[in-house]
Amino acid sequence: MSHKITTQQVNFKVFRFNADEDYLPYYEDYSMEVTSEEVVLDILNRIKWDHDGSFSYRRSCRHGICGACAIKVNGRSTLACKESMTKMIEIFGTDLTIEPLSTKRAVKDMIIDKGDFWEKHDAIQPYLISDVDEHPEHEHLVTPEEAEALNEADLCIQCGACHYACPVIEINEDYFGPAAFAKAYRFEADVRDDAHTSRLIDLHKEGQGVWDCVKCMECAEVCPKDVDPISKITSLHNMLFREGVATSNVATRHAVGFKNSIAKNGVLDEGGLVLYSEMAGIVKHVPVALKMFKKGKIVPPWGITKSDNLDEIQKLVKSSSTAKF
Amino acid sequence: MEKLKYALFTGCTAKQSTPEQMMSTMAVAEKLGIELVELTEASCCGASHLQDYDDFLSLVLNARNIAYAEKHGLTMVTICNTCQLNTAMTKHRLDNNAELKAKVNEKLAEVGLEYKGTSDITHFLYAIIDDIGLDKIKEMVVTPLSQFNIAPFYGCHNIRPSELQNETHKTPENAYRPTSLDDLIIACGGMNVDYEEKTKCCGFHAELQAPKTAAVLTGNAIAGAMDGDADWMVTPCPLCHLKLDTQTHHASEAIGREVSLPVLHMQQMVGLALGCSPESLGLQHHLVNVDFV
Repeated sequence: MSHKITTQQVNFKVFRFNADEDYLPYYEDYSMEVTSEEVVLDILNRIKWDHDGSFSYRRSCRHGICGACAIKVNGRSTLACKESMTKMIEIFGTDLTIEPLSTKRAVKDMIIDKGDFWEKHDAIQPYLISDVDEHPEHEHLVTPEEAEALNEADLCIQCGACHYACPVIEINEDYFGPAAFAKAYRFEADVRDDAHTSRLIDLHKEGQGVWDCVKCMECAEVCPKDVDPISKITSLHNMLFREGVATSNVATRHAVGFKNSIAKNGVLDEGGLVLYSEMAGIVKHVPVALKMFKKGKIVPPWGITKSDNLDEIQKLVKSSSTAKF
Repeated sequence: MEKLKYALFTGCTAKQSTPEQMMSTMAVAEKLGIELVELTEASCCGASHLQDYDDFLSLVLNARNIAYAEKHGLTMVTICNTCQLNTAMTKHRLDNNAELKAKVNEKLAEVGLEYKGTSDITHFLYAIIDDIGLDKIKEMVVTPLSQFNIAPFYGCHNIRPSELQNETHKTPENAYRPTSLDDLIIACGGMNVDYEEKTKCCGFHAELQAPKTAAVLTGNAIAGAMDGDADWMVTPCPLCHLKLDTQTHHASEAIGREVSLPVLHMQQMVGLALGCSPESLGLQHHLVNVDFV
């Protein structure tokens, strides 16, 4: 089968900054003929080799394994050696902006200080915690089924694509972030690991832990290795309840409140859910609630139209529940 | 053309905090000659929170909702992005995992139901674009929205994960450069505003547990639309609508800038263009006054 190589003229706007010399970052424009065979990393190479030798970026394996070359193209986290230019042009057209994963953390051009990423990564104890007999009589066997439970969380290459795409990380610097969570899951789901609650207690902390996730799905969208961090975050939520680590707080009550409301009405009792979740904290919602009430946006508990065939729902809630709180 | 008919999964907010969502859905359906059979038996989808507590229960309940659409032999239409995600994700997981499907069906059998996987699930936005078509909408417009700059706010759960979006809808779109809502604005005669936050998160799902994070995201979204010179915003998601319309005070405080724009539901925008009255679209139920009609 013959394969035709096509070319296209592409305009690049490239972020430039040298923390040692520049007061502010600036953008350099390059226009290049790009072939359908090239990946984003080829463009970074060509900028350095053909245009400006001082242009700096991280690269190593060129095979999507080392995780060094993640950058942003038009705001989208991208592993430069894996993403084809054809795909980038297909998504964004022929005007492309090349930036580091975090412009705030830029050191030189595409190179960022990834210290915050590693700090979070280290904080969740990213290793097996196990009382290992140094002279075991038998190997520690892991069955294929047990290995399956990791659900590909072990494929993470720590490139930081999801971490710097996460909108929560931008706002809350204490938040562990999707990469750290996926890593925590990787060990929590490992049958050889004995850390269970010690790791989970950290993941349950308000402000830092899994409860601050906004469920935007961006981490799943950008991951170049299909780790799907958001699904691992959901699994960690489930583990917090299963292992009895989840204590009563606004986030846990919010999750459990859905079940209570569904068991009662089939549909949600929105006001009741907020009250159950917030308890005394409900006070801060009163001003907005009053405005909403005036506009006909609040239905009192007695005005809620329950689901038809509610008995079915109640029966299923009883028979299909797998979690306790 | 045969009359379009769908099973409508209203979700919970359309019946409570966004009554205008329900009103405008029915008004627009009537104008477009769409028949909607409301799934009054449906439960809450769990809103992506029930699954954090009990993933299996969430699957069973969503499978039950879909089973009712299947009983009617109809495609299910959702009018909330999060309902769409939870329902379509349930379908995706059950259709690709026979063992899980059997487990769920074992439970559904207790109440005489079965999930078969025969009904498609689509958001009303995509139903309008895929089944009615933008050209037809353009033809039907009686009050073109030509004097307005309108900022589309897509809402995460309609566009991400894009694999699910692409598998579910006839018109696949890219999560980073979606076009559906922009195209619909143009079809209604309006000018679509391009701004960075149009595909970003509104913060709704962390509102209670991380109010500051949620408020900053809401503020950024409205500020982005304002800086793009938008007269108003439009969204297909009632949860985004709740954040953008009712939380402007917290959002302004969080980002240190007064932000506020009228926000319309996708159905309200279409309804205005098709000549529905503002009252029938429930525009009086908004916190940020819709002062341009």
